[in-house]
Amino acid sequence: MKKRSRAWICVLPLYIFTIFFVAVPLVYVIVLSLLSRDVTWGVTGKFTLSNYARIFESSYLNVFKQSLTVAFLTTLITSLIGYPFGYFMARLPKKRRSIVMTFVIVPFWTNALVRIYGWIILLRSQGLLNSVLQIIGIVSEPLKILYTLPAVIIGMVYSLLPFMIFAVYSSAEKMDFSLVDAARDLGAGRIKAFWTITFRCTLPGLLSGFVLVFVPSIGLFFISDLLGGGKIMLVGNLIQNQLLTSRDWPFGAALSVVMMIMTLFVIWIYRRITRVKDLEGLL
Amino acid sequence: MNKKLHISDAYLILVLLLMYLPIFVVIVYSFNGSKLSTVWGGFSFQWYRNLIHNSQLMQCLKNSLILAFLSCSVSAVVGTIGAVGITRIRWRTRGFLESVCIIPIMIPEIILGMVFLAFFSFLGMKFGMLTLVIAHTAFCIPYIFMMVKARLAGMDSSLEDAALDLGAPPVRVFLDITLPLITPAVLSGTLLAFAMSLDDVVISFFVTGPNTNTLPVKIFSQMKTGVTPEINALCTLMLAATFLIVILSRLISKKFK
Repeated sequence: MKKRSRAWICVLPLYIFTIFFVAVPLVYVIVLSLLSRDVTWGVTGKFTLSNYARIFESSYLNVFKQSLTVAFLTTLITSLIGYPFGYFMARLPKKRRSIVMTFVIVPFWTNALVRIYGWIILLRSQGLLNSVLQIIGIVSEPLKILYTLPAVIIGMVYSLLPFMIFAVYSSAEKMDFSLVDAARDLGAGRIKAFWTITFRCTLPGLLSGFVLVFVPSIGLFFISDLLGGGKIMLVGNLIQNQLLTSRDWPFGAALSVVMMIMTLFVIWIYRRITRVKDLEGLL
Repeated sequence: MNKKLHISDAYLILVLLLMYLPIFVVIVYSFNGSKLSTVWGGFSFQWYRNLIHNSQLMQCLKNSLILAFLSCSVSAVVGTIGAVGITRIRWRTRGFLESVCIIPIMIPEIILGMVFLAFFSFLGMKFGMLTLVIAHTAFCIPYIFMMVKARLAGMDSSLEDAALDLGAPPVRVFLDITLPLITPAVLSGTLLAFAMSLDDVVISFFVTGPNTNTLPVKIFSQMKTGVTPEINALCTLMLAATFLIVILSRLISKKFK
């Protein structure tokens, strides 16, 4: 009993911080999204739904469409690359697994800008990739990759791949591989054994990877800024513009609320399918 | 069987090489003697020398380190005792708090940035180190909280019960038994949070003040206007620092296993 009576002191700082600096600000943004903008700057106290209605204007809908396209493509490519990687990594002997793990963590923890910057050097028209391609003779004119949609996708895939790898790895690692042997012994072909056992067992990790890649890819505005050269507009860029350039905070808030709802929806679906509360391999 | 393993090894190595390609490019170019990034002008330490004399960048580096240190210290304490406490209370708000508490790392960073920007200006706070520390603490806490909680879930609580039964005061039980057991989780959570704080562009971008640029925000604005080779040198140094942090955290988790 005594143990329990003191425990509230321990959670108090967490409660206070979370309520004051997470819950209240979130509620404030929801309120802000329902207010109207003042003529010059700031907001008036008038209630309105027009900020939400504006999202349905075709120019803004297009931004959402482009953003979702980028997010879907990014998720698809990261799973195609990351799924085998996470799976193979889990099957490595312990010592080598730990080395490969360290090699994946380093870029993951490295400043995102540093890594994006490397891609800029590589992809520019007089950059490394084009020089190599021209020397080999594959192309005669330098390819224009930087400041196009493919460049943005390369940047996104590159930045988010580790999330997919960790997610798949963490469920593949827990898998009992003797089940596969059992299935093979019982006469299942290689593909059937993979499909019925391995794939099913690693599905929670793959789904978690979908969420962990899809959600951030809607908002990483600096990648589309730097690799898309301002030509590729994602929801993240739109919010940033509304906040810092147009100074239309209520509309920016409405965009954020919509994005938040989309995020929660994706996580909700994930939980419904896997019946797991925490995302696999988040840490 | 042997042959199959080779294919998977080759795949792992290929993907890792691709992962490191842009990183190597940055490192190589940081030693490029030419100011033009398209030309190779011989090996040189010139940009590193310039970097040390660039007081603006050095000030940003200092800001970033202070920020990461402050927000990680606060979140290490709040997150750790919070995780320990939350496993012991039976309040009805518990599940709700846990969900709200990890929201900062679940939603896209830009939303968190926007939320803080709007909220701090509503409160009339001056943007600077304080706003940065609050925002970074908000997303550092979940990393530490979740790691410690996971560790506590896998822990044998009978040791604590035994100590309590033998009459040890709860604070003593926490310091002598719980804390040593969860130390690896606290350390690796804090290191991760530290790396994330040093890495953060998006959230800092929104809550930084005119006079307190963090390093990533500064690099971002320089990258948009045109890069100087000093940035290459800086990036290389940051890479080296990250590598050290990762090795350190791997060693910690290995030692405690």
